[in-house]
Parts: sequence; structure tokens; C-alpha cells
Amino acid sequence: MLSVAQVDKRYPNGVLALAGLNLTVAAGEILAVVGGSGCGKSTLLRLIAGLDSPTAGRIALDGTPVTAPRAEIGLVFQEPRLMPWLTIDQNVAFGIRHLPADERTRRVSECLARVGLASRSGHWPRELSGGQAQRAALARALVGRPKVLLLDEPFSSLDALTRGDLQEHLLDLWGDDQPTMILVTHDIEEALFLADRVVVMQPDPGRIRTEFVPPLARPRDRTDPDFLRCKRRLLADLGHASGFSRQRVAATV
Amino acid sequence: MSAHAETASACGAALAAASVKETEASPGHAWPHTAWPGGNRLIGFILPLGLALAWEAAVAVHWADGRLLPTPSRILAALATLAQSGELAGHVLATLQRVALGFAFGVAAGTVLGAVSGYWTLARQLIDPTLQALRNIPSIAWVPMFILWFGIFETSKVILIAVGVFFPIYLSLSASIRGVDRKLVEVGRIFRFSHREMITRILLPATLPSYVVALRSGLGLGWMFVVAAEFMGAEDGLGFLLIDGQQTGRPAVILASITSFAVLGKLTDWLLASVSARFLTWQDSFKPAE
Ligand SMILES: Nc1ncnc2c1ncn2[C@@H]1O[C@H](COP(=O)(O)OP(=O)(O)OP(=O)(O)O)[C@@H](O)[C@H]1O
Ligand SMILES: [Mg+2]
Repeated sequence: MLSVAQVDKRYPNGVLALAGLNLTVAAGEILAVVGGSGCGKSTLLRLIAGLDSPTAGRIALDGTPVTAPRAEIGLVFQEPRLMPWLTIDQNVAFGIRHLPADERTRRVSECLARVGLASRSGHWPRELSGGQAQRAALARALVGRPKVLLLDEPFSSLDALTRGDLQEHLLDLWGDDQPTMILVTHDIEEALFLADRVVVMQPDPGRIRTEFVPPLARPRDRTDPDFLRCKRRLLADLGHASGFSRQRVAATV
Repeated sequence: MSAHAETASACGAALAAASVKETEASPGHAWPHTAWPGGNRLIGFILPLGLALAWEAAVAVHWADGRLLPTPSRILAALATLAQSGELAGHVLATLQRVALGFAFGVAAGTVLGAVSGYWTLARQLIDPTLQALRNIPSIAWVPMFILWFGIFETSKVILIAVGVFFPIYLSLSASIRGVDRKLVEVGRIFRFSHREMITRILLPATLPSYVVALRSGLGLGWMFVVAAEFMGAEDGLGFLLIDGQQTGRPAVILASITSFAVLGKLTDWLLASVSARFLTWQDSFKPAE
């Protein structure tokens, strides 16, 4: 179980990115975090990943405080962040450098196939499209099979079709060893399709406005009337949270 | 006299310009797509060859006096004589060995200290001010001390060259490590890289492009300092040949030595540039128009 208790994060420039944030995520749960731009979603993931430390409060995984990055917590950054001097397969192998070479090769090609990049294995990052780079970054995080997987808008630059594919893959993957997943997204449909629970954040300072457990059975169907009802409900929450008019939020989704 | 000197310096500048042009163009040639591959490389020869021919012709028709600035044919003849007697090879090898040793030590020290002071703030605070102060001493000023400490033989020469090579490498590496994108470093942190892995797997590769530039300028300084080192007393080497030509009043020998420096400097720089280009194919960099 992952717990975030009374966490504040103030950046050195004085911005209060998170204030009094409380969140618990059960082992194996898929949690989606939605909220307008700048409400502290990436900050929250960085704190959970141990890249930054909270100004106040406590973050713990299974009772042990998270103070530095841990092997069982994987993070997919909002940008691909591939090493430009390594080919795609070498980039993916970055996360499992301690494994024997043959095991490494096997797992890397398996992961690349999963994200549909098998044919790009030996390419340089500069030769990939934005969406392909994002998928390579996803593969790099998956290859180490972390217990907790933090995903910061991993599908944001993909077309609807590839995105749908990868969402299915992610669920498959979750079926394998059931990692805890926290998925930051701007896409309400994505949140409802994947998550057991959706948390809506609001800015200035960043905090949780409301939580929503979609009463939907799996596998989920995006065209199901219940699904659409949930979507409307979440849109309304989001509209209030960001202070935008409802139409504007609807227009961006 | 002054006209001669001007032509000489123009020749030198032409050589230098040609060398810069050609090496700068080489990364772009990784994927040649010109109608005439290699054609652009040959352009670099036009200037030095043209100037040489012009001087040759000017002396031949008695427009100019070739005594103090010998014609290219006489320089070549001097080179041939030196080569036949085996003298040239001996001088070239002696100089090459000094540059190679000095370069190797300078690069090793510059890389280790540069990496350490770029990575650890404490180390930087400790060593950087001292090194920056030492950097401002003209290296030639060390010569008397080096001779006192290490004698006038090889050691002091190699150390002088190493000192010259050290500073550009140290400076560039420690500065460029501090300039590495935090976002890439964070990826290393997520995968819990040790300090050593962080340096060897992220920081050094990320700084490789500027490191190569530093190596090349270090090598250039190595060639500069070898002359100074050989001026301070040597029995062989191209710098010795230079002095010898002056003392025996043979300008063709002086120019033969200078030409050898130009050719060797250019060749070693080209070697360094083309070897490193292999490691930089990943770069997503600006490719200048043809
Ligand atoms: N390194 C930093 N230094 C100072 N302020 C920062 C830093 N990173 C983020 N912030 C501020 O913290 C707030 C939250 O930023 P964060 O990146 O967490 O937002 P986000 O919810 O991920 O937004 P987006 O959806 O646009 O990615 C913003 O107001 C931002 O300006
Ligand atoms: Mg973000």
C-alpha cells in the first residue's frame, strides 16, 4: 500500500505546488489523477518516485518511507527522456542493467514488441516520432517490472488508435503481475477506461478536490451508457476543479 | 623582407583555414548525398596549392626573391634530402612521441579531475580555484622550474606538453558536466545509478560532443607546446630542426620543419575528428547546407 499523508511541496521559488495532500493507493489498484495544467500532478508523481522530497508530510510504500528512488517504483516521465546516444533497445535495457545479457535481450525485445516498437529496436531516438519515443519510454519503465508504476501522461502524444491499443496493453500488463499504477492524464475517457478510482485535483495550491469510483464492470466499453454517464459526471467535477467553464473543459477533451 | 614575411604568414593562415574548413565539414559527410562524393573535401586543397604555385611562379619569373622564403620546390627538396638520410623520420618520431605522451597524460589528468570537479561540488570548491589560478600562468613560465625539477631531457618536455593539454580538457569537461540536462540525470536517479554509473553512463556520453572539441583544442596546444619544449634544448625533434635550420642559415630546412608541423598537426587532428565522429552519429545536430 502506498500512502501520501499531509504532504506539502513548496518549490524554492516559493510556488506552493501541493498543500495538505492525502492519498492512499491499495496494492494493485489503478488510480487515475486528472486535473488542469499546473495543479501539481507531476509534482505528486516526483514525490512518490522519491526524486524530490516533500516540504512537509510523509510518503510511504508498505510502511517504509520513500526518501529516494526505489527499485520497486517505476516512473514514466511526462517527456520521453531517452538518452540520445543510446539506441532504442539500449535505452530500454537501461532499467535492467544488472540482469545477465541474454535475459536482458529477451526482456527488452518482449517489451518493445508490447509497445509496438520491435522494428525500431536499433534506431536512434532522433529517428523516432514523438509518440514512438513516448512508447519507448514506457517500455523502459515496464521492463523492470516495478511493483508501483507511475505514469505521467504516457499517451498524450499518440493518435486515438495507438492510444486505445496501448491502454489495452497496459491492462494486459497489469493482469500479469498486478502492479499498483498511478496514471496522470488529461483524457477523461482514458481515466475511466483504465482506473479503479479517479482523483480530481485542483490548483493553487495543488490539492485533491474529489474522488470518484466509476461503477463500471471490466472490460469496459467506451460507448456504454453507464460509461458516458460517468464521463459527464467527471467532466463536471473537473470543470469545478479548474475554475474553467464547463464548455471549455469539454472542448479540450 | 616584410613582403616575404607576409607571404609566409598568409601561407600559414591558408593552411590553418583549410584545416578548419575540412574537419568542420566532415561530420556532415557521414551520409554523403552530393553528386560528387569527396569533391567538397578537395576544395580545401585549392588555397594552399594555389598559393604555393603562385609563389613558385613569382620566383621563377624573378618577380620575387626566393632566398629568404624558399619556393615550395626547394622546401620539398630539403624534405626529400632529410628523408633520404633518415634524419626526418628520426625528428618526426621524436616529436610525435613527445606529443603523444604529453597528450595522453594531459587528457588523463584533465578527464579525471574535470569529471570529479564537475560532479562533486565539494571537490570543485577544493580544487577549482587553485587550478584556475594555475591556468593563468603562461605554461612557458614553468620551463625553468621544470628543467630544475626534471632535468632538460624527456620528462620536462612531456610534462610541459601535458600541462598545456590539461587545461582545455579540464575546463571544458567540468563546465559541460554542469550543463548536462537535469532531465536525463533524473532518469539515472530513477534507476538508482551509482555515482560511477552516473558519470560513465550519463554524464560523460552527454558531454562527449564538447569533450571531443576539447580534445582537439588540447591536441592543438600539444603541438604548440612541443615546439616550446624542443626549443628549450633537444637533440632531436622538429623543433630542434627549426633551431638547427636557423643557426646554420638554411631557411628551406626551417620551412621543411614548419611544413611537417602543419601536415602532422592536420593529420592527427583529422584522425581524432574521424575516430570521434563514429561515436557521435547519434547527434541530432544541424547539418550545414552544401
Ligand atoms: N522545478 C520547479 N520549480 C518551481 N516551480 C515548479 C517546478 N516544477 C513545477 N513548478 C510549479 O508547480 C506547479 C505544479 O507543477 P506540475 O508540473 O506538478 O503541474 P502538472 O499538474 O503536472 O501540470 P501539467 O498538466 O501541465 O503537466 C506549477 O504551478 C508549476 O509552475
Ligand atoms: Mg505534468
